[in-house]
Amino acid sequence: MTAALQTIALEKRFGGLVATDKVSLTLAHGARHALIGPNGAGKTTFVNLLTGVLPTNGGQILLDGVDITRKSQIQRARMGLGRTFQINQLFGAMTPVESIGLAVSERMGGGGDFWRGIGTRADIMNEIAGLIDRFRLTEVMDQPTHLLPYGKQRLLEIALALASNPRVLLLDEPAAGVPEAERAELLQTLAELPRDVSILLIEHDMDLVFSFADRITVLVNGAHFAEGSPQQIMSDPSVQQVYLGSEEHA
Amino acid sequence: MMTDTSLSPLLASPRPNERVSRDLLRRGRWKPAEFVFWLIVAASFFFLPDRHLLLSEIAILGLFALSLDLIIGYAGVVSLGHGAFFGLGAYVAGLTSIHLTGEPLTGLVLAALAAGLLGLATGPLLLLRASDLTRLMVTLGVAMLVLEGANQAAWLTGGADGLTGVMIDPLLGRFEFDLFGTTGYAYCLIVTFAFFLIARRVVTSPYGLSLRAIRDNPLRARSMGIPVGRRILGLYAFSALIAGAAGALLTQTTMFVSLDVLAFHRSADVLLILVLGGVGYLYGGLLGAIGFKLLQDWFSAITPQYWMFWMGLVLLVVVLIGRENLNALPRTLLARFRKEGRT
Repeated sequence: MTAALQTIALEKRFGGLVATDKVSLTLAHGARHALIGPNGAGKTTFVNLLTGVLPTNGGQILLDGVDITRKSQIQRARMGLGRTFQINQLFGAMTPVESIGLAVSERMGGGGDFWRGIGTRADIMNEIAGLIDRFRLTEVMDQPTHLLPYGKQRLLEIALALASNPRVLLLDEPAAGVPEAERAELLQTLAELPRDVSILLIEHDMDLVFSFADRITVLVNGAHFAEGSPQQIMSDPSVQQVYLGSEEHA
Repeated sequence: MMTDTSLSPLLASPRPNERVSRDLLRRGRWKPAEFVFWLIVAASFFFLPDRHLLLSEIAILGLFALSLDLIIGYAGVVSLGHGAFFGLGAYVAGLTSIHLTGEPLTGLVLAALAAGLLGLATGPLLLLRASDLTRLMVTLGVAMLVLEGANQAAWLTGGADGLTGVMIDPLLGRFEFDLFGTTGYAYCLIVTFAFFLIARRVVTSPYGLSLRAIRDNPLRARSMGIPVGRRILGLYAFSALIAGAAGALLTQTTMFVSLDVLAFHRSADVLLILVLGGVGYLYGGLLGAIGFKLLQDWFSAITPQYWMFWMGLVLLVVVLIGRENLNALPRTLLARFRKEGRT
């Protein structure tokens, strides 16, 4: 069986700096896989390579066995690679209903529809309502996004990615900046994401990583450093030294 | 894949999706102020019979400004050369009447299509580099090329002398274009209203929503798989098509075309109108055109030589103070007055 997402010796250099050093990573179907590493380990660069924001300098990216290394951002998104952003990338002036409605319309082939009113297709409405409910956005669904509490904005960030019905979802620090009071709701929502979506979680927050992931890859200086189950990673002395020791238990 | 089972909480209760649908439909609904606006416009036809010529100019300018509002207010593409499409439409309408048929609707359709095609052909230039400055220069450049092309092709366009011999048949074979501009005004109003309806429908569609999203956050739009370039190009061509129709109206109601239809001031005026009227709600171009023409008419009646000076002053005031502040000005003044009275 092919992997949901696979990189083979993926490489990225910025001038003399090697940001991604021949990283090979396999994301299994239905995985809850976390990618961790100290600041500057190249996590964000890696995500940008996967999603096509940055071109690679070498190596391959396979989505369900199909080579997408040379595909554009838009093509990758259409092929089922979804992502959330570390810093919210939302449509500030639009409401959650409109934003999610847009994503659902695009997926269900109604996005270029210029003659039909918004809100007239029952199948699309059902999908939107389902996502609004799943992401606990019901009370705020008709308010402009930029006025929402930060935790709700984070939920919308993930909802937008899931609305495109991705096969693989990259979550880039989904809990970053969320106040303590809104954290539980976010973590609960993450835990309830559909199991058939394979997820790669890029995260700093160790509590979230160990509660969410069933497999962890450690990235150090742009290179694949260690990989294993949460228990293996937690008990790996070299990982503790480079990462956990300096970051988490400081 | 997300399966149907994942949506089961929703299927159990139909209420949320009704709420979603209601919420989304609200945006496309007509507001009372819109009915009032169009009723007043229709009334102007019956109650100002001696101003039909001026009113026709306003309607044409309003339609032209509406077309520019589509790309500025909805696609976020600024242009200093929208006059190219207006001018092309004007010439195509004139040439159609001379070489093909004097039937006005044929000329209108051909002019709109020609301008739309020019928009489709030049639009990709705007996507190569998406900065405002490059877009201003590219649109300005295209407009200059079209102007010089029309100037050089004197055998076709009459060059600097203009295109003479434009004759327009009665509208629908019945309504003669009269000297008082009555038929002309009715024609301009109906065409403007028709294009407004189409534009309104487009901007309130899912396609229109995706354009708002692209303007708001292109990075996210891309990551959602929205074909950003294609969407912008589609609206640009549609906008060019409407500008061409506006140009055709000018030719058909005045029965004359000269290089002036391609002049830079056309592009600048229409931008000014949008500054006056505001962008992104479709009425800005129409209201701005009314304000612009009335001001122009009024200033040139008081000071025939210096009306441009006063126009410039109004523009500065609007831009520097801002429309929102102007609307709130009486209240602000009153509040300040009261405060000073107290101290």
